[in-house]
Amino acid sequence: MEYLSIIFSETYKILFLLVPVLVSVAMIVWLDRRIWAFVQKRQGPNVVGPFGLLQSLADALKYMFKEVIIPSSSNKVIFILAPIVTMTLALISWAVIPFSATQVLADINVGILYLFAVSSLGVYGIIMGGWASNSKYPFLGAIRSAAQMVSYEVSIGVIIINVLLCVGSLNLNDIVMAQESLWFVIPLFPMFVIFFISALAETNRPPFDLPEAEAELVAGYQTEYSGMMYAMFWLGEYANILLMCAMGSVLFLGGWLSPIDLFPFNVIPGAIWLILKILLLFILFALVKAIVPRYRYDQLMRLGWKIFLPLSLTWVVLTASFLFYFNLLPIN
Amino acid sequence: MKISRIFKTIFMLDFLGGLTIALREFFKPKKTINYPFEKGKISPRFRGEHALRRYPDGEERCIACKLCEAVCPAQAITIESSERADGSRKTTRYDIDMMKCIYCGLCEESCPVDAIVQGPNFEFSTETREELYYNKEKLLDNGDRWENVLAANIKADNSHR
Repeated sequence: MEYLSIIFSETYKILFLLVPVLVSVAMIVWLDRRIWAFVQKRQGPNVVGPFGLLQSLADALKYMFKEVIIPSSSNKVIFILAPIVTMTLALISWAVIPFSATQVLADINVGILYLFAVSSLGVYGIIMGGWASNSKYPFLGAIRSAAQMVSYEVSIGVIIINVLLCVGSLNLNDIVMAQESLWFVIPLFPMFVIFFISALAETNRPPFDLPEAEAELVAGYQTEYSGMMYAMFWLGEYANILLMCAMGSVLFLGGWLSPIDLFPFNVIPGAIWLILKILLLFILFALVKAIVPRYRYDQLMRLGWKIFLPLSLTWVVLTASFLFYFNLLPIN
Repeated sequence: MKISRIFKTIFMLDFLGGLTIALREFFKPKKTINYPFEKGKISPRFRGEHALRRYPDGEERCIACKLCEAVCPAQAITIESSERADGSRKTTRYDIDMMKCIYCGLCEESCPVDAIVQGPNFEFSTETREELYYNKEKLLDNGDRWENVLAANIKADNSHR
């Protein structure tokens, strides 16, 4: 009986987190398309619901009624598992994102490590999908995507080390609290820029959307997918983008802290500040999609390994020496 | 590499320039229209759905000369005619296969009495193929429905002929 009540209360908490995340994923797809359209002086989706806000729900409904086609030569178990893995991994990482000092599903002491590990696992969904399709384009797309995500994960890891040097803890709430006087965006601004660009590469967003480059690979690893399975890939992708925005705002933009600790601002709940910061980052993501052309593959690899990795490593050395010299190292 | 190029790359000046242009364009009025609710302007010469016109007294204009049938490059028009009780030559059958039609406007061009015309309507999609085999009744009905616009269009275009 006791276990049952614990399970119920936990499920309640999980649903309270997951349902808003899924709804905001649907809204964010609309926002993405709308911003893209506005930059190109088009109208964008504006028919379904007020301002077209329900467009994503209409699309989801359409996907639900479509036939799921499984290629006869595919490895069926892995083929079906791939979108499930992508979406699950994109959603479980939300467990450690703090919405305020107390509102966090799992306040574990290695939160950032967990986040990093889970977002790295995301590449498995893509590789499984590409390989199990048993088709040329999905396979090429999956290989590209794997190489790309691994390359940029390295620099994201090093950037996280930069932040951790200033905090002295792996807990996400501690990271937020350490930014109470000064957001890390100011002292670590170059790292923030590199983090943002690496996040674009990590989530396969333009200009790094080579895995699904439609001109050469049809749709990359998604080519053989249809119906709800395609929709799950698509949900997972956008949930990942939102997660990267959340990670950026926790690491650099002070998470749920209000920008100024004055009366009208500090009474607004932290969750709203976090959401606003995620939105700000996402709008940047969408604008970048609208204005940049796609990278060539060798350029992508050069940027990741020859520029970002040395730059972020140098910055680690600089940060560490600075903190050590001025005796600012956080001692726990 | 030139120093200025390196400077530009490090501070991402080109990217920031692009971003400002994007933000400026973001707030400009849109170039596209909201189609089902707003419609673009159509020229009086627009070649849309066909219609058979009547004289103001209700008599059909068509004299069954079959010039349109002869000129039609897609052979979409079929006409049969006979003499009426009052001695005038009229069509007994006037069919247009709207799926064969290539909307070239030659039928309208060849008609000596401005009977067959192509109106401004382009929203006549149907759910079945059969609905696009237009007969005389349907074409005359179109003519009655669009007469005001058709007459105005012919008048507007008249000075250019």
